[in-house]
Amino acid sequence: MNNRLKVLRAERSWSQQDLADRLGVSRQSVNAIETGRYDPSLPLAFTIADLFGLPIEAIFLRDGDSE
Amino acid sequence: MTSNPSRAAMRRYVWRLVCIMSVYVVALIGGQLAMKAQLFGPQAAIPIALVCGLCIVFTFVIMGRLMIETEDEFMRLLFVRQTLVASGFALSLAAVHGFLSDFDIIAPVDAYWWPVLFFAGQFLGQIANRVQYGTWGALK
Repeated sequence: MNNRLKVLRAERSWSQQDLADRLGVSRQSVNAIETGRYDPSLPLAFTIADLFGLPIEAIFLRDGDSE
Repeated sequence: MTSNPSRAAMRRYVWRLVCIMSVYVVALIGGQLAMKAQLFGPQAAIPIALVCGLCIVFTFVIMGRLMIETEDEFMRLLFVRQTLVASGFALSLAAVHGFLSDFDIIAPVDAYWWPVLFFAGQFLGQIANRVQYGTWGALK
């Protein structure tokens, strides 16, 4: 699954650690999600969406969908 | 900003491990020295051996507590994964060694070595995590 997490984070000038602290997860988790190595659970995806004030589908994209 | 509760879980995990390993070392080394010095009768070997064994049992309990208490789902995934690798590693060696010794090809070993191999297998699990997910899994 693709996602726009890195772009959204960069727009806010947040480091991975900043985002991790806001989400209550480790920096490794943020890195794994950003690089597509790990797809978050639905509750974590909702937390991420709430943090950025966007719907989930505006952050997480199906494989093959462009960012 | 929210604090990271998984870091607190990891701190509790490390603290619990330090405590149980301290008891283990004291029971093992102290027990052996005491038995050699004949400070206690031979019946004292039973509680000493049980304390050593139970320390290993509680180590597994402590690992289970970390899995339960870690709220970071990705770190939990890594820890569960490395534990599965370690279990597969230790149990595979135990099974193969068991048959080899059963057919008198190699000598039997004391069973307490299998948990030792399980703990060594944790490192193999961390390598597997590093390869698959790009991180060793330890919270920093």
